[in-house]
Order: sequence, then structure tokens, then C-alpha cells
Amino acid sequence: MKLDNIYKEEKKSAVAKLSEIIITMASRPSGLIGLSILIFHIILAFISPYIAPHDFKAIDPTLMLQAPSAEYWFGTDDLGRDVFTRTILGGRTALTITFFGSLIALLWGGLLGIFCGLVGGKIDDVVMRIVDAFLSIPWILAMLLIVSLLGTSTEVLIPALGFFYGKGIVRVARAATHDVIAKDFIVSAKARGHSNFSIIWNEIIPNVRDAILVEGAMRWSWMLLGFSSLSFLGFGVSPPTPDWGLMISNARGLMSFAYWAVIAPIVGLSSLIIGINLTADAFAKALGIDRSTKAPV
Amino acid sequence: MTDIIQKVKNLSIGFRSKKGEEILILKNISTNIKKGETVGIVGESGSGKSTLALAMMGYVKHGLYTIEGECQFNSSNLLKMKSKDLEKIRGRKIAMIPQNAGQALTPNLKIGYQIDEALQLHSDLNEKEREKKISELLNKVRLPSPETIALRYPHELSGGQQQRVAVAMALAGTPDLLLLDEPTTGLDVTTQAHVLELLNFIAKDTGTSMVYVSHDLGAIAQVSDRIIVMYSGEIVLEGPSRDILKRPIHPYTHGLLKSIPKLSLAGLPESMPGSQPQPGTIQSGCSFFDRCNFSDENCKNNSPKLEFLKDLNTSVRCFNYEKLVNESQASQTVNKIKNKSQDKEILNLSEVSISYAKQKLLDQIFNRISDDNPTVKDININIKKGETIALVGESGSGKSTILKSIAGLLRTKDGLIRFDENRNLSSDLKERDPNDLRIIQLIFQNPDESLNPNHTVEEIIAQPLKLYFGLKGEELKKNIVDLLQKVRLGEFYTSRYPRQLSGGEKQRVAVARAFAAKPDIILCDEVTSALDVSVQAAVLNLLQQLKEDFGTTYIFVSHDLAVVRAISDRVAVLYQGRLCEVGPSNDVYKFPSHPYTEVLLGAVLEPDPDIKPKLVAEDIVEERPPEKGCSFQGRCSRIVGDICKKEIPPWQLTDSGNAIRCHIPIKELQKEQF
Ligand SMILES: Nc1ncnc2c1ncn2[C@@H]1O[C@H](COP(=O)(O)OP(=O)(O)O)[C@@H](O)[C@H]1O
Ligand code: SF4
Ligand code: SF4
Ligand SMILES: [Mg+2]
Repeated sequence: MKLDNIYKEEKKSAVAKLSEIIITMASRPSGLIGLSILIFHIILAFISPYIAPHDFKAIDPTLMLQAPSAEYWFGTDDLGRDVFTRTILGGRTALTITFFGSLIALLWGGLLGIFCGLVGGKIDDVVMRIVDAFLSIPWILAMLLIVSLLGTSTEVLIPALGFFYGKGIVRVARAATHDVIAKDFIVSAKARGHSNFSIIWNEIIPNVRDAILVEGAMRWSWMLLGFSSLSFLGFGVSPPTPDWGLMISNARGLMSFAYWAVIAPIVGLSSLIIGINLTADAFAKALGIDRSTKAPV
Repeated sequence: MTDIIQKVKNLSIGFRSKKGEEILILKNISTNIKKGETVGIVGESGSGKSTLALAMMGYVKHGLYTIEGECQFNSSNLLKMKSKDLEKIRGRKIAMIPQNAGQALTPNLKIGYQIDEALQLHSDLNEKEREKKISELLNKVRLPSPETIALRYPHELSGGQQQRVAVAMALAGTPDLLLLDEPTTGLDVTTQAHVLELLNFIAKDTGTSMVYVSHDLGAIAQVSDRIIVMYSGEIVLEGPSRDILKRPIHPYTHGLLKSIPKLSLAGLPESMPGSQPQPGTIQSGCSFFDRCNFSDENCKNNSPKLEFLKDLNTSVRCFNYEKLVNESQASQTVNKIKNKSQDKEILNLSEVSISYAKQKLLDQIFNRISDDNPTVKDININIKKGETIALVGESGSGKSTILKSIAGLLRTKDGLIRFDENRNLSSDLKERDPNDLRIIQLIFQNPDESLNPNHTVEEIIAQPLKLYFGLKGEELKKNIVDLLQKVRLGEFYTSRYPRQLSGGEKQRVAVARAFAAKPDIILCDEVTSALDVSVQAAVLNLLQQLKEDFGTTYIFVSHDLAVVRAISDRVAVLYQGRLCEVGPSNDVYKFPSHPYTEVLLGAVLEPDPDIKPKLVAEDIVEERPPEKGCSFQGRCSRIVGDICKKEIPPWQLTDSGNAIRCHIPIKELQKEQF
């Protein structure tokens, strides 16, 4: 037997690993449902600008609060805009902002957590105190402050959300790192004289990666809820950008006679949150991680 | 009226694999537990012994289910019983003592309170009676001053004391049957011997039947009236304890007994090849066929039945047991170790002290360590090239601490570590150059912890090769495969992950990684303690073979004196971080002169019903070494008086070059042997 063949046998490429994980996730009914919902939303987010039947900002007073019809599937809102168009485009906004927000949360939360877990001692104590202090601030007030100071552009919202939702990841990353550095294989690497960078990169990150990713996925659904609450309060993206939180807040007062304007964004938002949640759950299970954090919904 | 208390009938337990196949963990087990008898169930990990013990209290682990058969207790089948009815039996009629009693106790509740809870649940006593009963129970398990123990929290007790509390709680409901799952595994030798002695006493005193599950034939031998040997989910041998141990007529038991190192024998025991088949492995013949020395064609194709031999009062599952009937177990052969230890010194520790004390600010600033009573103190050892020196002592005696300093992982307080007669090694990693790091490698106790679960075997072994020798590509691969072959693993292991390997295989990978650095010295910290007995001998033999090939020096830490006896040339005995005795193994074991060495040797459990442990000292756990005098004064049964408490005993030399640190003169120490 040639050596190369042996090497190929079990060592899997990243793609193979990923597809295996996805297959495992989809093998559970809840995972399959979650994945389907999430993928549906993602595809919709990509294609919505091209399939949107109407202009999302076209105001037409003559078409105010029309009930669903063949032309306007989900009816129109108080300014005569097409609710269907605005709903499918709203998902695009929510997904983009929270996706990049989560990425930022993962990055800083993960790195800081690993760092704290590694150095331990006083520095760790101080950093965790600060993180705890931040945790105790009602995040929505802090967000309001930031948004009123810096405006509600995407450039502000993404890092701000990323910052606030990274705190939880710090804790998880730190705890996971703590567990790993007590293991003998780290001691062994140290005793051999590997560099700190090599130890972090080769020994620690592969062992904490899964836990951090799962937490990140979880935080994503929390962030989605948070982001929509902000918009609902009028501190998210500014009109006329189509956004679920905004739509719900606008149409809320008219619910008694124009329920359609509020139902569509609610269904969109909740199905996406459930989708992400179920996916994150299935992801955790596929990776064999026991997750005790509760879902937001 | 029958004297059978538990009747296991045709019990099969298993699970369904992902592919939907039924996989058996227990295969058609039948046995009876009689009133007042202690039955030992022995087998290696994965043989199904715990599953059987749990079934005996009507419990089947999550994911498993009963396929067939029953466990009858008082003529009702526990496995079919409603959980409401089971609750009435568990704790009251059948009690269980788990392996890790410390974890089973609730950390934030006082011991007395927890026993009281057990009493409320499992007895009908009123408050006054319970109060009395708590004292009684704690007295019965011989805890010193039960009154104070009852007021303490679990973490304030030692491992042995926690285990005694667990026994007390199990006795709260005056059970008819006591199930013990590895109750002494993980305890110190001395503590283990004490707990077993207590169990023997309780069995006699209360007449409770016991089922004692363990991988350790030494422990089983001390308590059991009858032994059941399990292999791969089947009973392969069952009979009176003495007969099984003296004349094991099943090849597995025969090999197992041979592979256990004995105190009386220097040299490595024979190892048993291979490992137990995984559950679900399809077998047409005997499940032990691959590893059996007595097999023939018949065994390959037909599976033997459990056969009761009336004249031997033993059941055996083997076609060829007759070959073994006349063979006595005593014919143990050992591979004599041949170390070419030279006179050249390779490592010298002089006056080494190590402290874990938190340092005050001033000391931190001046980068010094001040501690008058450090964890490890005044260690002087001179290690010769090519020898195997063992450090022995109970847990907490500082064995691992010393290894860590040698490896540069823990700063010493004082003293010098000198390599190769002329090179001082700093105990601080940062001050060692790569070559200093390469020459000393470590192998750890538990390969599950010492191998990164996310790395393949290839990546694991590649690490030192890349780091120290900068190997790449084909050359790297060739070296990895070479090393794997040296540790008797084929090249197809390269792409496996640690979780796909058995315990013995994992430890071999760890050994290969250590040797990859081409080190001069390998520090072995309890390297066989986490392995099954049948695998242990193989790993010891491998280590010996490798050192003979490479001329490596081993510093071998173990709490198991029989293992140490088998592999080492010289032994250093430690108590509370202070040396008690250093000398050639033969002498240390033949003339157990230091009182502490005597205690350690006396506590060793041998798989022989005729060798009983000798309990010389109390099993107290001392928190820290005494400030003055002999380190062993707190537990020494031969203490001579004030001098032991005030003055550090002098080193005395025996004629054979054994050094003993005690105030009692050598002549007298040797006179009073047991
Ligand atoms: N990291 C640590 N911090 C404080 N004390 C420790 C630490 N590690 C070990 N000790 C203490 O040092 C003593 C020796 O421990 P150790 O070297 O692990 O003993 P052994 O290996 O012989 O079981 C024990 O009393 C133990 O509690
Ligand atoms: S039946 Fe054959 S293979 Fe099985 S233990 Fe007996 S001799 Fe060995
Ligand atoms: S010096 Fe005293 S206390 Fe120490 S071992 Fe000897 S007799 Fe015992
Ligand atoms: Mg140790």
C-alpha cells in the first residue's frame, strides 16, 4: 500500500467535514426544519431585490391600507406601500446587519475570552469584572445612547450590536479555554517548548472553536430579536428602509382593521428566529456540545 | 425459604446501533447471589460488569434496554417493576456505592445532614432514633470521632473518609444487598486496604450480601467468596474465589493473573496480546479466540457454552479448559529487565525544594520564593544514565511536583538540577534552550488528556519531529511510520483520531510522541494507572524494550508498588515531599526498612487469597508536612519519641547501599520485619 493512500483515507477535508455536519443536523426533524427555514430566508434575502413586485418606497395615498389582493399579496400599509415587497426586503436588512454583527461579536468575544482563559490571574479578573459590569447595563439603553450620538447607519449598528452581543461569547470562550488549558496535552506542548502562538493556534483553538461557534449561532438569534426591538422603538435603521421592526411598530396601531400589515413582518421575524434557533441547536448537537443557554423565544 | 437473594436469569442487555442492529452489552447472563455472600465481578473496561451490577438494582442505563431475561429480587423481576415500587427497594433493600463517592455527596450539605436524609428516606426511625443512628453508622464505618465528622462538609474529608461516609449512607436502610462499583479505584493503596478491610468487617457483622465490581483482581481477592469473570459481555468463569485465583481454568483469567505484576517477583510480567473486541463485533467462534494461547480450530468456528464442572464447583466457558486444570497459576514467568545502566550521571537533583505557596508582594518583586515549609524539600537524587528510577508514595507526596520541576514546568524554590554532569537546567521553561527541552520528555497518566482530541495520530507525532528536527514531507511521514512501528502500531493508524483508539493504543501514541524527540530522559507519570491490567503489562514491556533499544533513562512515578517493582532498578520513597528511603529495588522491597516503606508494602493488594494486606498505620491524610522533625511522625507506628518530632532524621546506609532516613538504627529496623 502506498503511504499517500493511507493518508487520504480518514483525514477529511474541511468541506467533507462541513457536509457531514450538515447531514447530521438535517437527520433530526428539528434540525431539518431549522435549516430549511434558515436557508429559505437566506435565499430570499439574496433574490428579494430581483423578485420584489413593487417599489418598496413608492407611496401612493390612493392605495392606503388595502386588504390583500392578487396585485398586493399581503395588502398595503398606511402609506400605500406594498407589504409583500417590504416584508421580503426587510429580511434582507435584518439578516445582513445581524450576520455581520454576529461575526464581530464572535471575533472580539472569542478572542478576548480565549485570552482571558489563557492568562488567568489578575488580568482575567479585571477583564471579567468589566465584562460583567457591561452585562449589567441594560443594553437597550446603551444602544439608544450610541444610536442617538452616532446615528442609525449600518456602520454604527453592526459594530454596536456586535459589541453588545459579544459579551456572552467572552464567557463561553473563557470557560472553554479554561477547561482545555488544564489538559495534559497543553502541558505536554509547553514542556516541549512550542511557542505560545503555536499552542493557541494548534492546541487551544481547535478545541474551543466548536463551543464558540455554537454560542455565536445562538447569539445571532438573540441579536435579531434585539435589532428588531431597536427598530420597533425607532432606533434601528431609518425609514424608508424596509425593516420588520419598523413595519411592526408602524402598523401596530392599525392592527384592529389592517391586521395584514402587521402579520407579515411578525411571521417573517419569528420564523427566522426559530429557524436560527433550531439550526444552532442542531449544530450544537451535531458537534456533540451540550448547550444549556436558553433560546430567546 | 430460599437463601438466594438475587437471581439473574438469561439476562441480555443491549442497544440499537445507528444502522438499526441490536448490539449486546450483556449476553445471556445467569447467576445467583446468595444470602450473606460477597461476589466479586471482575473484567476489563467494557466487559459489561457495571451494566450487570446496575441491572441488579433494576436500573438500565439511558440508551440501553433489556432484550431478554430478568433480575429477580424477592421473586419479583426488578427490570419490569414500576418506578414507584423500585423506589421502595432501592436504598432500603438494595443499596449502591459508586466509584467516586466524593462526587455522589452533595457538596454544600453537612455529612450528618446527608446521612439523616438517607435515614428519613429509607427507615422509619423518629428524630431521636435517627440522631443515635447517625453516630452508630459513622462508628460502624470507623470514622474518627463521628461527632465531628457529622458536622463537616464533604470537601473537608479525604477520599477514603468520603468513601466510608458513602458506606455509612448505604447502610442507613439496612439493605440486604449492597452493590459496589469500583469502590476503591482511585484511592491510595493504603486507603484502599483500609476500606476493603472495613467492607469485610461489615459483611461479617451485618450479614449483608455484597456484589463487588472491579477491574482489580487484587481488591476482589481480598473481599470475595465467589468470583465471576466477565469478558466481552459474557461470564467466562465463575467459582469459589480461592479456586479461581489459585487455579484459573479459563485462558483469559489465566493470562490476566499472569500479567499482573507481583511484589514478590522482580521483572516484567508476561503480557497478553490484543484487546477485548468492541461490542457488536461479529464472531463466529469464541470471543477470546484472538488473544488465546490455548485455542484450536474448533474455537474459531464454534462458541463455547458456560459449562458447570461439578467436581470443581466452577463454571467455565472454554472448550479446552482441561489443558489448564493441571497447570498451576504460580508458574509465573517474568522477563528479567536488563538495563545497561552506566556509572555516568545523567541527572542530578541537589537540595531541591519546591513550594506552591502564594508569594508575597516583596518576594514577587525580588523574584524569590519564601516558604519555610515547602511542599517538596531537600531532594537529593543522583540518576545514572540508562537506569529506571521510580518515585513512589501516596497521592500528594510530591511525585508529580518533582517531575514538573525537572520538566521545567514548575519553578523550584531552591536547589540545582544538573544534566549530564555539567549543565545546570533552569526549572523555568523560558530559560531553557530548545535542546534542553528536547532531552527531557513527559508521558502522562491519562492519554485521553494528553492527546489533543482534534489532532490525528500523525499530527500528534509530527509535533516534536517538526519542532526539534524541522522534518517535512516524505521524511516526516517516514519517521512517523517508523515510530508507530516501534510502538507496535501499524501505519494505518496515522489518520485516526485518539477517540478511535483503545486506551492501550492511545498510550502507545503518547509513548511514540515522547520518543520522537530522541530524548535522554523520559518522565513517566503514572503511565499505566489508567490502563486495563491486561494492557498494562504490554505497555510496560514496550517501555522496557524501547529503553533497551535507545538507552533512555526513565524517571517512573507510580503509586503501584508492584508495577514499580517490575520495571525499576532503583526506588525513591517519598512522604509529604521528603525522601524517606532510596535504594536498589531489590533491597527496598526485601528489607522494607523505613517505617513508611513498610506501610506501603503492607497495603499492596495481591491477587492471592493467602496474602492479606497488613495495616500498619492509620489511613490519615495529612494536609501539610510537619514543621520540624521527621516527615512521617504523624502516622509512624514505630515513633521513638520526642526526637522524631524535633530533629530531622539522619540518612543511614545499609550494607547493600540502601539509604534510609529514620532515627531508629538500621540494625533495629531490620530486626523487626513482619
Ligand atoms: N497547582 C497546585 N497548587 C497548590 N498545591 C498543589 C498544586 N499541585 C499540587 N499541589 C499540592 O502539592 C502536593 C504534592 O502534589 P503532587 O506532586 O501532585 O503529588 P503526587 O504526584 O505524589 O500525587 C499535594 O499536597 C498537592 O495538594
Ligand atoms: S474456547 Fe478456545 S479460544 Fe476460547 S478461551 Fe477456550 S481455548 Fe481459548
Ligand atoms: S524518624 Fe521516627 S517518626 Fe520518622 S520514621 Fe523513623 S521512627 Fe518513624
Ligand atoms: Mg501525581
